[in-house]
Amino acid sequence: MAFVPNIQAFCCHYTAQQSCAEGQGGLPADGFPANVTINRLACGGKLEVTMLLKAFENGADGVYMVGCPTDKCHNLMGSQRAAKRVAAVKKALAELGVEPERAAMFHLERGLHPEFVQAAQQMQETITALGPSPFKGGAQ
Amino acid sequence: MIIAERKPLNEIIEMVKDAKRILVLGCRGCVTVCSAGGEREVEILASCIRLGKMKAGEPCEVIEATLVRQCDKEYVDAIDQWDGQYDAIVSMACGVGVNFIANLRPCDKVYPAVNTTAFGGSAEQGVWSEQCAGCGNCVLHLTGGLCPVARCAKSLMNGPCGGSVNGRCEIHKDVPCIWQSIYDRLERTGKGADMNRIAPIRDWSTAGHGGPRKTVRNDLTV
Ligand code: SF4
Ligand code: SF4
Repeated sequence: MAFVPNIQAFCCHYTAQQSCAEGQGGLPADGFPANVTINRLACGGKLEVTMLLKAFENGADGVYMVGCPTDKCHNLMGSQRAAKRVAAVKKALAELGVEPERAAMFHLERGLHPEFVQAAQQMQETITALGPSPFKGGAQ
Repeated sequence: MIIAERKPLNEIIEMVKDAKRILVLGCRGCVTVCSAGGEREVEILASCIRLGKMKAGEPCEVIEATLVRQCDKEYVDAIDQWDGQYDAIVSMACGVGVNFIANLRPCDKVYPAVNTTAFGGSAEQGVWSEQCAGCGNCVLHLTGGLCPVARCAKSLMNGPCGGSVNGRCEIHKDVPCIWQSIYDRLERTGKGADMNRIAPIRDWSTAGHGGPRKTVRNDLTV
């Protein structure tokens, strides 16, 4: 059976607006992959390193965060903080001998933009190419 | 405070490769303040250990806990509550904490999760720098409050050396020459003449060169 990755997206309230505005069915119609789960946060600054690590523990093959542009964050520093936490997770993955590309940070404009869907598609492509998470199913 | 930073994960995971039940133990003292081994770091390390074990296909249980301190017997004794529930302790305290657990729990396997680096402080968020080396015979009253033992690359008592250039140390342009700073400070505070004092040859026996140091306060012992 073809590999369908489990991808967990963490988005701040502002960059995830599209998911609400379009209602159920809207995002898939735009091409947002069904296997990407959106976890909304009030602000990127609320992202914790452990949220991403626990997502891997719970079976994610890839995780990513979408926050505001670094210089235009709704809460000033939230998306910069999120980016640092994603970087910490990438470092942890590398130290554990796992591809750091399984975690990513995207800085996108707030509101409704095709880039929100493109980020999910890009992640889908990357993680599908990498294959299942090495954390699943023991030694490779 | 004591400054520490976490060891690379692969090193820690190698230490506990034979353990199936691991107690990851943080400390609420210095390592919490320098974000190396407090509650939050325990949570992150525990998750990483579980992931490392999952990758190796070895199931494991991780207990996460943080003690008030790991450098006092009364707090270390609290480990009794997990008796029989772990094969190894990974301590996120400074080296003192690891030593205390080893001293007090002769049969426990205990491993360090952090590298203990220095006595220092944080002048800006996320940056810690060494300020004192615990030499046991403080000379700060002679040096304007700036430590030549910890902060001069050569621990000179009669600096600056010939490598001091424009207030910078010869080891790196980002490192201030502390002897230049001492000179400037003494001048500023009207104590410039102190620079002419001849520094006697120093007795380093108090700095650990005379063996492990011990402080006994007879007014406090029972
Ligand atoms: S002189 Fe010794 S005790 Fe005083 S600050 Fe320097 S290292 Fe610490
Ligand atoms: S340049 Fe200054 S700080 Fe560096 S070794 Fe010489 S005296 Fe010490």
